[in-house]
Amino acid sequence: MTATNVNIIGLTRDVYKGLPSTLCAGCGHNSITNHLIKALYEYGVQPHRLAKMSGIGCSSKTPAYFVDSAHGFNSLHGRMPSAATGAKLANRELLVLGISGDGDTASIGLGQFAHMIRRNIDCTYIVENNGCYGLTKGQFSATADVGSSSKGGKRNEYETIDICGVALELGATFVARSFSGDGKQLVPLLEAAFSHRGTAILDIVSPCVTFNDHEGSTKSYAHVKEHGFALHAPDFIAGSQEIVVDYEPGAAQDVEFEDGSHVILRKLDVEHDVTDRLGASRILHQTRERGELLTGLLYVDTKSRDFCEREAMPSAPLAHLGSSELRIGRDDWAALMAAGG
Amino acid sequence: MAQEAIVNDFTLRVATVNGSGSQSSNLVLATAIFRLGIAVAPKNVFPSNIEGLPTWFDVRVTPQGYQCRSREIDVLVALNPATWQSDLASVRPGGVIVHESAYPMTTLRDDLTFYAVPFGELAKSHFDAGPLRKYLVNMVYVGVVAELLGIPIESIEAAVRGQFSKKPAAAEKNMVAVHVGVEYARANLRKHDPYRLEAVAGGTDGLMFMDGNRSAALGCVMAGCTVAAWYPITPSSSLCENFIALCDRYRVDPQTGKRKAAIVQAEDELAAIGMVFGATWAGARAMTSTSGPGISLMAEYVGFGYYAELPGVIFDVQRVGPSTGLPTRTMQGDVAFAYTLSHGDTKHIVLLPATVGEAYAFAMQAFDLADRFQTPVFVLSDLDLGMNPWMTPPLPYPERDFDRGKVLNAHDLAQLESWGRYRDVDGDAIPYRTLPGTDHPNAGYFTRGTGHDEAAHYSEDAATFARNLDRLVRKHDAARAAVPQPIVDEAGHAVGLIAYGTTHHAIVEARDRLNDAGIPTDYLRVCALPFAPEVQAFVERHERVYVVEQNRDGQLHTLLRSELATHAIERLRSIRHYNGVPIDARAIIDPLVDAERAAVTA
Ligand SMILES: Cc1ncc(C[n+]2csc(CCOP(=O)(O)OP(=O)(O)O)c2C)c(N)n1
Ligand code: SF4
Repeated sequence: MTATNVNIIGLTRDVYKGLPSTLCAGCGHNSITNHLIKALYEYGVQPHRLAKMSGIGCSSKTPAYFVDSAHGFNSLHGRMPSAATGAKLANRELLVLGISGDGDTASIGLGQFAHMIRRNIDCTYIVENNGCYGLTKGQFSATADVGSSSKGGKRNEYETIDICGVALELGATFVARSFSGDGKQLVPLLEAAFSHRGTAILDIVSPCVTFNDHEGSTKSYAHVKEHGFALHAPDFIAGSQEIVVDYEPGAAQDVEFEDGSHVILRKLDVEHDVTDRLGASRILHQTRERGELLTGLLYVDTKSRDFCEREAMPSAPLAHLGSSELRIGRDDWAALMAAGG
Repeated sequence: MAQEAIVNDFTLRVATVNGSGSQSSNLVLATAIFRLGIAVAPKNVFPSNIEGLPTWFDVRVTPQGYQCRSREIDVLVALNPATWQSDLASVRPGGVIVHESAYPMTTLRDDLTFYAVPFGELAKSHFDAGPLRKYLVNMVYVGVVAELLGIPIESIEAAVRGQFSKKPAAAEKNMVAVHVGVEYARANLRKHDPYRLEAVAGGTDGLMFMDGNRSAALGCVMAGCTVAAWYPITPSSSLCENFIALCDRYRVDPQTGKRKAAIVQAEDELAAIGMVFGATWAGARAMTSTSGPGISLMAEYVGFGYYAELPGVIFDVQRVGPSTGLPTRTMQGDVAFAYTLSHGDTKHIVLLPATVGEAYAFAMQAFDLADRFQTPVFVLSDLDLGMNPWMTPPLPYPERDFDRGKVLNAHDLAQLESWGRYRDVDGDAIPYRTLPGTDHPNAGYFTRGTGHDEAAHYSEDAATFARNLDRLVRKHDAARAAVPQPIVDEAGHAVGLIAYGTTHHAIVEARDRLNDAGIPTDYLRVCALPFAPEVQAFVERHERVYVVEQNRDGQLHTLLRSELATHAIERLRSIRHYNGVPIDARAIIDPLVDAERAAVTA
C-alpha cells in the first residue's frame, strides 16, 4: 500500500464512508457529507473516537452516510445539542460532531443551540441550512430571508434568523459560514473546527433541490453562486505538518489552534481580522444589507476554554471511572454518618 | 380540676410568616425533643413564596413513633397575625395556644389554654434593632415552649449548637434569646395544661435526621453517577444541590483539583434529559432530578430512551399538579404518567421509596437497573419525603459493586464475528451494547428513535417493528423480578391494604387504630412498577383490598385494575387523599370504616 492511499493514521478513505445516502439526488446535504468524509479522512480522525450526533430532518439523517464504523446518535428534533453535551461530558476524548438543519437549530432547537454555545461545549456544530423544512416537505424555516419566496410562490414576511449573527452575539468561540458546493473552502474550515476547543458553529448553506432551489429562493444554487462572497481562501495545516503554503506577508491571516494546527486565511477582497468579534458582526450585517452571502471563517477565539476545562473535569473520561474512584471512602462515610449525614 | 398529664403524645404547630427565619427555630425544637429520646415527625407546610405568606411547621410526638402527620393540633404557637383566627380555630378542644399578646382576643374559645407572650416587646427590649431581631424572636418562642413542655435547656442548647455549628457567635446570640423566652415563661406563665414531654432513655439511639433529597443524592454518589443535569424546581432542587455539595467535598482530587463529576444546570428539562441520555450512551452514569412540570417536558426524550434503550435515572420529587398546581405541597400525582411517559407504547421502571433509607437504596438500585435493563428508570419520591427531615438509621455502606449490565468491550468484540445492538442473544430480551470510544471496527452502531432492526439499521419493516416492540415488553416483564419487591405484613385477615411511598407512614398508624376498632388488616406496600407477581397473589388472598394513595384519581388503583386478572380487580377499592398536605391516618380510617360497614351489612 502506498502512502497516498492512506491518511496520517494509516486508514483508507473507504473507512470514512457510510451507507448510501437516501436523500434526493443533488441535495446540498449530500455534498456536505462528501466534504465531511474528506475532512475527517485528511484530519485523520480515529473512527472509534468520533461521535456523530444529529437532530431530526433530512440533514440529521446524514451521519448514517459517513464513517460507518463510528457511533451515531440520531436524537430528537432540535435536541441534538443536549445529547452532544452529555456525550462530551461522559467521554471528553470523543470528537463530537453535531449535524443539524436550519429548522432543527433555528426554530425548535434555538434554545439548545444557544445554551450549547454559552457553555462552549467542545463540539463541531454543523447547520445544513436550506431555508426550509426538507423532511416535512418545504415549509419556510426561520432562516429564510425576508422577501424570499417558497416553491408555491408564497413570500416570507418574517425576519430571518442569521445563525452566524446569533452565534456571534451569544459569544460563540468559532463562527464560520460556507456553502455545500464549495469544498475548497469548506474542508479546511471543517478541519479547523475539529481543532478548535469549544463549540464551533458552521452554518453551511445547502440547497434543497426538491423544495427550495427555485427562483425567488435565496438558498438556491443559482442564488448562492451569484451572491456568494468569500472572505478568504483557507488552508488547514495539521499540527504535525510543516507550513508549506505560500502567501505574501500581510496577505493572509495565520490562526493557530491550541493543538498546534493552523488555518491560513488568504485574504480576498476585504480586510477582516477573524479575532475581532465586533468586526465579524459588522461585516455580516453589511454584506446582508447588500444582499450578499458572506462565507468564510468569521470569528475565532483561539484561547477558548471549553466547558470541561472550566468545570475542572479530569482528563480521563468520566465514563471510565469505577466504584473505587467514585464512591465516598469507608472512613469518610463512617465519619459522615456519625456527623448526622 | 386535676387533668391527667398527656406525655409525649401531641402535635405542636408553629404558625409563622414565610421568610421570618422560623425554620431554624423549628428544627431546634424538633432536634431538642429528638435528643430526649422521643420519636418526632417534623413536617414543614410552606408556601410558594420567598417572604410574607403563611407557613406552618408541625412537630408530632407519639409513644408509638408514628411518622405521619396528624390533623389534630394540640399545641399551637401563633406568630402570624394574618392567620391568627384560622389557626386558633384549628386547635382541638383542650389544646394550648402560645400567642403574641398583642393579638385581638375577640373570638376567644373557652376550651383552650392560652399563654400570652409579648414576643414583640421582649424582642425590642432585649435585642438591637436590625435584621437579626426577627430571627431572634423565633428563639424566644423556643424558650417559652421548652419551659412549658419541659424540654431541658441542655437539650435545647445542644440543638442550637448543632444548628449553628459553623457559627459559634450566632449560637451564643440564639441561646440568649432562648433564655429570654425561658425566663419570661418562668416568671409570667403558670402552667395549667396537660401536655408534657418526658425523656425516653435510648428512645432514639442510633437514629438521625435526614431528608430524602439528601439521601437520594448520597445514593447517586455511591452509585457512581458522574453526570447530572437539572433545572431548578421545588421540591427537587435540593437533590441536585446536595449532589453538587457532595461532589465538591468527596470527588475532588486533592492533588489536581479536578472534580470527578460533570454537573450542568441546564436551560430546561428538555435539555437536562437529553444530556442524561447523551451521557449514558457514551458510558457514564447520569441522572436528572425534577418534579411534575419537568416530567411533562421530558416526555419526548424519555420515549426515545425507552425505544433506543438507553439507561438514565430520573428523580421525580412529586408536588401537586395539574399544571403549576401547588408548587410547595405534596402529592403522589405522577405515578400513572411516569409509568407510561411518552407517546406510543411505553412502559418504564418506576421505584417508589417510602423512607429516607429507601430513597438512598433505591437511588443506587435505579442506576443498576437502568444499566441492566438499558432503559430509563424513575425514582418517584415526593415533597414530604424529599424535603422534610425524617428520623433514620445511618445509611449503610454499599457492599456490592456497580452492575453495569451488558456492555461489550473491544476484547469481547474481537471474540465475536458479529453482534447486533438490538439482538436478543441470551433470550432475556436484553441486548448488548457498546460504548463510543471502544477501539474496535465493529463497535460503532447508530442509535435512533426511528424504526430499527436487530443490527440497529433503519427499518420500516412491519414484522421487524412488531418484533422489537414485543421484545421491549418482554424486557419490561423481566424487570418485575428485579425491581424492589413488595413488602408484605400479613396475618390472614379479610381486609388488605395496598399503599406506596410516603402514604406508608399514615398506613402504619391507621392499621393500629383499625385493629383497636376491630378491623384488623393485612398490608402490602408496592415498592416499584412493574408490579411483582406477589401483588396479584396478595389481592387474591383478601376479600377486600383498599388501595390508598395521595392523588384524586386513584392512579395506582387504576394501574392495578388494568394489570391484574379480572377476578382480582373486583376486590379492589380506592381511598384517596389530595389536598396537598401529607396524608394522615384519619384520611384512611374514616372512609375505610364506612366502606367496611357497608360491606358487612351488604
Ligand atoms: C417534535 C417534532 N415536531 C415536528 C417534527 C417533524 N419534523 C421533522 S423534520 C422537521 C423539519 C426539518 O427541517 P430542517 O431541520 O431544516 O432539516 P431539513 O429536512 O431541511 O434538512 C420537522 C418539523 C418532529 N420530528 N418532531
Ligand atoms: S427534500 Fe430537500 S433537504 Fe430533503 S433530501 Fe430532498 S433535497 Fe435534500
